[in-house]
Amino acid sequence: MATTVKTRRTLAKAGVLTGLVIGGLFAFLPVLWMVSTSLKSNGEVFQNPPKLVTESFSFDAYWAILGDGTQLRYFLNSYVVAFAVTILTLLVALLAGFAFSRFTFPFQKTINAVIVSVQAVPPITLVIPYFGLVVGLGLYNTYPGLILTHMVFTLPYAIIMITAYLNTLPRELDESVKVDGGTNWTALWRILVPISVPGLIAVGVYTFMISWNEYLFALSLTRTDDMRTVPIGIQLLMGQHSYEWNQMMAMSILGSVPVLLLFLLFQRRFIGGLTAGAVKA
Amino acid sequence: MTSTTAPKAAAPTGGQVTPGRARATLAGRLTPYGYLSPTVLLIVVLMVVPIVMVISYSFRDNVIVEANPVFAGFANYTKVLTDPDFLAALKNTALFISVSTVAHLVLGLAFAMMLNSPLLGGVAKAVFRIVYILPWLFTIAVIAVIWRLLLDPSGVVNYVLRTLGLIQEGVNWLGDPDKALWAITFVNIWSGYPFFMISLLAALQGIPGNLYEAAAMDGTNWYQRFVHVTLPQLRPVIVSMAVLDLIWTSQQFALIWMTTGGGPLNTTEMLSTYTYKQAFSEYEFATASAAAVIVLLLTMILAFFYVRQQRER
Repeated sequence: MATTVKTRRTLAKAGVLTGLVIGGLFAFLPVLWMVSTSLKSNGEVFQNPPKLVTESFSFDAYWAILGDGTQLRYFLNSYVVAFAVTILTLLVALLAGFAFSRFTFPFQKTINAVIVSVQAVPPITLVIPYFGLVVGLGLYNTYPGLILTHMVFTLPYAIIMITAYLNTLPRELDESVKVDGGTNWTALWRILVPISVPGLIAVGVYTFMISWNEYLFALSLTRTDDMRTVPIGIQLLMGQHSYEWNQMMAMSILGSVPVLLLFLLFQRRFIGGLTAGAVKA
Repeated sequence: MTSTTAPKAAAPTGGQVTPGRARATLAGRLTPYGYLSPTVLLIVVLMVVPIVMVISYSFRDNVIVEANPVFAGFANYTKVLTDPDFLAALKNTALFISVSTVAHLVLGLAFAMMLNSPLLGGVAKAVFRIVYILPWLFTIAVIAVIWRLLLDPSGVVNYVLRTLGLIQEGVNWLGDPDKALWAITFVNIWSGYPFFMISLLAALQGIPGNLYEAAAMDGTNWYQRFVHVTLPQLRPVIVSMAVLDLIWTSQQFALIWMTTGGGPLNTTEMLSTYTYKQAFSEYEFATASAAAVIVLLLTMILAFFYVRQQRER
């Protein structure tokens, strides 16, 4: 009797492990092939039979990207835009989150509903008037044009998450500051912000990722290489050279590094915050 | 900190007024709006004004390109709704989003349940979880180039299928009108299931263990527990995730634009690529605006179901 239970457990475990490995290969093999291709010479990319590691294994494709001023400029642009979007989003969302968390006021529910609904508006609907607006304001092909429009994606999520985070902090904390003669403003910056750092980091990481990955607005609202971001740079690499696959893969990996690093560093906090946001939003 | 300030609070005010809520002056009542003003300003500039603009564009003739566009009534809408390309895009989008969402759900649930299995050690779980999330960490531009490489007629996917004897010669997955839509749907499935998986994993961990214990005592098997305990407990999360996924997938642009561009022969044209082409390739901004408004209305219908689902919970 005891042995059959044990064998059944072992069998079940083997079944789950087999399933996990098959699923893992489905998820992982394409990524492995990207890395492998980035380390080949372009002539070996479609060799038959395919090999994971070839004779001419080298980092040449990476040096080609990193030695190209145009490609480096794409990275600089992406960093500038993503950092600016992150800082501005956190600032604006913190103020809004404070209002939603600590006050009750007329139209509170309405304003909140509008903010939540912004998340559902299709970017393709917005890109046409944005084009008109950005050209009209003289922001076409500039950093501010991209930074401003990226905030339509990042702000609603950030406000929802920060409001939820501030709601978990006891009101007695800010009351105590006000008793000492402080104002709402000092309560927010002296007490709430310092203890909200973990929550702000999670929101900041997500904001950075959204902006770093954004494609449609970057494609439509910029024109010249000195304003293009990494996702557009990857696309331009496809037409520019006659398919330098190894360089395209190297560029893709270099372009994914910031997001991969941020994710690995903040994995736990990030997944927690993400699911809370998705399920409750 | 709180303990040191508490006595002070009692002394000067005599405990009559609650600090903070003390003054209901005009300035005090306006405070929350002050904190909200940057948000409200941004929402007006980034959403209210653009939506009004796109609606007004859609009723005019030749906006942006011409200086003084004239009122055109519903002409742009008639043009879009009778355009066979638009109707094809509508059909493709419906197929693309429904197959993607169902597959995301099935894969996400299967992977989440395996990752949640009590038979597995902590380290194995942590490693597999990172591997499973991987596809979601790459931006769509990267996913597009990876799969263009893999699905190339002389690429590695065709090599494997040829070796297994499933096909005779290399298939041009993204260039064949009969296969391209299925190919990009597959790529979208690969890139999108992790989000479902993460949410379902969190939901699975939230199911009280005693429900399973009670079911096990009743002598139920694994399948019965899945149908009668797991699925009913996950239902609210599944429904809201599915609606969100339908909305998000319908907004997918970069993947299609960078793999097939809507081709071959419009077989992978989506509402997003159709609208984009009208605006930025044809410079028909008025027609594009009409299409964009239709997309917005369709999304609002989905969003309505989402909000209703959230209320029920």
